[in-house]
Amino acid sequence: MKFNHEFLEKNIGLMAVFIVIAISWGGLAQITPLLFSKEVVTPVEGLKPYTALQMEGRDVYIREGCNSCHSQMIRPFRAETERYGHYSVAGESVWEHPFLWGSKRTGPDLARVGGRYSDEWHRIHLIDPRAVVPESNMPGFPWLSDAELDGKETAKKMAVFKNMFGVPYTDEDIANAEAEVAGKTEMDALIAYLQSLGTALK
Amino acid sequence: MTSFWSVVVTLITLGSIGAFAYLLWVCATDRMGKPEGESMGHEFDGIEELNNDLPKWWTYMFVVTILFGLGYLALYPGLGNYSGFLNWTSANKQVTSLEESRAASADSQGIVQYDQEVVAANERFAPIFEAFAATPIVELAYDEDAMKVGKRLFLQNCSQCHGSDAKGATGFPNLTDDKWNWGGEPEQIVETILHGRVAAMAAWGDVLGDEGVDAVVEYVLSLSGRRGLDVKLVEQGKAKFGLCAACHGADGTGNEMFGAPNLTDQTWLYGGSRLAIEESVRNGRAGVMPAWKEILGEDKVHVLSAYVYQLANPHQ
Repeated sequence: MKFNHEFLEKNIGLMAVFIVIAISWGGLAQITPLLFSKEVVTPVEGLKPYTALQMEGRDVYIREGCNSCHSQMIRPFRAETERYGHYSVAGESVWEHPFLWGSKRTGPDLARVGGRYSDEWHRIHLIDPRAVVPESNMPGFPWLSDAELDGKETAKKMAVFKNMFGVPYTDEDIANAEAEVAGKTEMDALIAYLQSLGTALK
Repeated sequence: MTSFWSVVVTLITLGSIGAFAYLLWVCATDRMGKPEGESMGHEFDGIEELNNDLPKWWTYMFVVTILFGLGYLALYPGLGNYSGFLNWTSANKQVTSLEESRAASADSQGIVQYDQEVVAANERFAPIFEAFAATPIVELAYDEDAMKVGKRLFLQNCSQCHGSDAKGATGFPNLTDDKWNWGGEPEQIVETILHGRVAAMAAWGDVLGDEGVDAVVEYVLSLSGRRGLDVKLVEQGKAKFGLCAACHGADGTGNEMFGAPNLTDQTWLYGGSRLAIEESVRNGRAGVMPAWKEILGEDKVHVLSAYVYQLANPHQ
């Protein structure tokens, strides 16, 4: 049998294999080298692993889909850095799994929101954004104040980040995780997470 | 990137472009063994494929994209570690600290596009901000141009808490009245914005007990002239007010040193209802104004302070 275009088009399994090869080809040039590239895998100097509470807050952030409306990626344009602070660099995201850079800004970028507002402001704002910003179209998240965390899974999450992704948690961090989180609310956790954002490069 | 990966990327990129050129050449040469315009021997729904040349405009477009690609890769970074003939880059993305970032910007000699943008903006705006910085706040507050800048800065950075009309919200002070917890003199406003403030009111519920809290609340209500109060309770509260006087003053008029509000006027940061005052006394309050020095820098804070000053002092 002659190997030609017709043969490929009539054997869909073989074509699927070739499609995968064609797509991987681009990835081989664009993605694979990054995994070994120093500037992409070196953490910035001030980077600290998320504390147990911040880690739980990050999961609340993911669960509530905050990244659908808020990006965490300041681009290197003056118009952005004037508003949000220094542009984001790769070294800030090396321990992010998955990263939450987002791709849409219905709300403002949050990459450096840490320390910009008080905890109390975040609390009021998350319960009812219009209590402090009447123009806001952000939904409220009042149930976070009532949802208490038991911290049962926290140590496991941190162990995964340590063992699978090489995040430098100590055994002590992991052992204390449950105690640090237990009894706090999801609101406390989310605020702790938000207050940590972008503070590694400040 | 190590030179190994640099070579891999270069080979894949150039190899792919070469492969596209080869594919175009193969498709442009007639190798079907059929005369031009003849049927290829299959049809679907009455539509028949004929052996025709590729359209010329399409072929030329393809050639142009290949040439464009090669030209782009020669001028801009794309082939591994080769930085391109123009030496262009968007930002110092490899920095690991703010110091490194500043140092990289300083010796980039205007190659980095982001730095170019910043340098151009500084050349344009620095003299303006310098002139603003040299003008005393009480004067700057009535400079129309400066206040346009100030308003932008306020809406961008302050309105989230103080409101876009600057009238505040519960727990966040109104800036348009003449009541100041930390002082309304220009230097005090600058200090508040630059370094932030923490106004911590302790929780007195445990110390005072339920009856004590009720009494103190009654007395606090009396300070601002509330009517219909329980006179006996007011007297009891007055006796306990010594605890509060350390910050709010013996007469309850507050103290700018601690950001302790005046309790004798009709302005209430956390609400003036009996319930709100009881909450303040029982569980305390923690008001935090963030510090803006690192984010905005002193020149912008100067303009912003003038804007805030002007809000409360609209006429010279």
